[in-house]
Amino acid sequence: MKLPRWSTLIVIVLLLAFPMVVPSDYYRHIFIIALMWVVIGSAWNLLAGYTGQVSFGHAIFFGSGAYTAGLCASKLGISAWWGMLLGGPVALLVGLVIGWICFRLRGPYFALATIAIGEIFRLVATDWRSLTEGMEGILIIQTFRSKIPYYYLALFLAGASVYAIHRIMQSKWGYYFVAIREDQDAAEAMGISAFRYKSLSLMVSSFFTGLAGTLYMNYMAFIDPHVVFSLHDVSIMAILVAIIGGVGTLWGPPAGAFIMVLLQETFRSAFFGLFPPWVSESHVLVFGLLVIFVIRYMANGIVGDWPKIQRLWTRKNPMLPANDGN
Amino acid sequence: MSFFETRHLTKHFGGLTAVNDLSFQVEKGEIYGLIGPNGSGKTTVFNLITGYHPVSAGEILFRGAPINGLPTWKICKLGVGRTFQVVKPLRRMSVLENVMTSAFNRTGKKSEAMDKAMEVLEFCELLKKKDYPAKGLTIGDRKRLEIGRALATGPELLLLDETMAGLTPQEQTAGAELIRKIRDSGITIIIVEHIMHVIMNICDRLLCINYGQDIARGTPVEVANDHAVIEAYLGKE
Repeated sequence: MKLPRWSTLIVIVLLLAFPMVVPSDYYRHIFIIALMWVVIGSAWNLLAGYTGQVSFGHAIFFGSGAYTAGLCASKLGISAWWGMLLGGPVALLVGLVIGWICFRLRGPYFALATIAIGEIFRLVATDWRSLTEGMEGILIIQTFRSKIPYYYLALFLAGASVYAIHRIMQSKWGYYFVAIREDQDAAEAMGISAFRYKSLSLMVSSFFTGLAGTLYMNYMAFIDPHVVFSLHDVSIMAILVAIIGGVGTLWGPPAGAFIMVLLQETFRSAFFGLFPPWVSESHVLVFGLLVIFVIRYMANGIVGDWPKIQRLWTRKNPMLPANDGN
Repeated sequence: MSFFETRHLTKHFGGLTAVNDLSFQVEKGEIYGLIGPNGSGKTTVFNLITGYHPVSAGEILFRGAPINGLPTWKICKLGVGRTFQVVKPLRRMSVLENVMTSAFNRTGKKSEAMDKAMEVLEFCELLKKKDYPAKGLTIGDRKRLEIGRALATGPELLLLDETMAGLTPQEQTAGAELIRKIRDSGITIIIVEHIMHVIMNICDRLLCINYGQDIARGTPVEVANDHAVIEAYLGKE
């Protein structure tokens, strides 16, 4: 699906104006987190949605980025902002090595390997206390007291990652990625080194995920292995963001990021205090139900199945298959 | 030196010898037919040439240089294109995008890939369907797309694996026409086919194999009258 140019512009203007118009630090915080998930979801989507290599281990790259920034401060004694420069390349190198190992495997076997490596990273970060401080985590002092600089930084990263992925998908790489997703054997016969282009896709994906990790370190000022290398809070969340929004679409992960973060926050705060506190425990259950609903009725996600959703308003039977050639 | 040749090509799958000491030469500009009963090893020969299976013994030479042991994509880059017997359209891409992806084999520029793809689609008479999703094509058009995609990689040698199977007689005639047109554009062709009137009409030379061994070779007429070939297809009297 293509958004018309003017609606993209409106979204950009609204996002630029948001922290000026909305004075609440609480809402600014939610938007910063959502924008961070735009980066991670889009990066995951490049590898899984476009290249067809489903990863359950994106926490590896998020954590690598976050720890690069954290260690800059705790071990090198320099600003954690240097992590912004180093975190992306470090995550990219981690991606290169993991791709070299795992891309001998196809399909579900690749996915399983990423789960295993993700857990290895979490355990190493927990136990290698002399380097990572283990579960005590790394605490830094935030550079800015205001949320506004962080907001614009997150917005810039989100915009840059979506735009970069858009450009990639318009180029030779993009065609090659989708060809590998559709049929790896056919792709090889078309002169495409599946191994090389899967690795390239993973490297771009891990670079942006690592950048999101450095943003997290600098903004939240505290990390520990169970937060940044978390299977369900990072790796699975990245998948949910993309699936809810629409796998293999440019605007799916950004839409999914805002939906998931807003939903998570709504439940975490027990509908902003309207409901008793035990409701806040139920957000995982609701995510599960939401995923079931989306997979059953909108297999292409909210953005991918937007024409179907629109038909709900035009009163045509939305359950009829879309007559758009798919 | 032949344009393309195999020397003592052999492939074992466990205890089964699918291709056994097969040597043949293909000259530039010819249409070389590879025939044989079902399961005689024709597709295996193609899979060996294009690097999908490693060879057990023997050599494959393209323009005088060995290509066995190279990965599939590199063999394609060297100028060997192929189609698949069971067609493999990139289902969620349009016909044009399918062919453009192949055209990127010889260029990094999108506009050049687009031009090349349009040219190939025109050549294969698929231009009218360029915006169809590949999974929406009829089997005849899927086979054309398969050929178009192989052509767009810019091959000098094209391996066609049963591109006529399942087509109507009219489509077969049009397909034979297309294959001749490809040869006339300067591309050497090795073709695996079961439909005898097509093979007899378009091939310059034939090689008939059975149980992975060659049993006859020569012009189509010679091979069709060969005693061993008749026996392989129809059984002994």
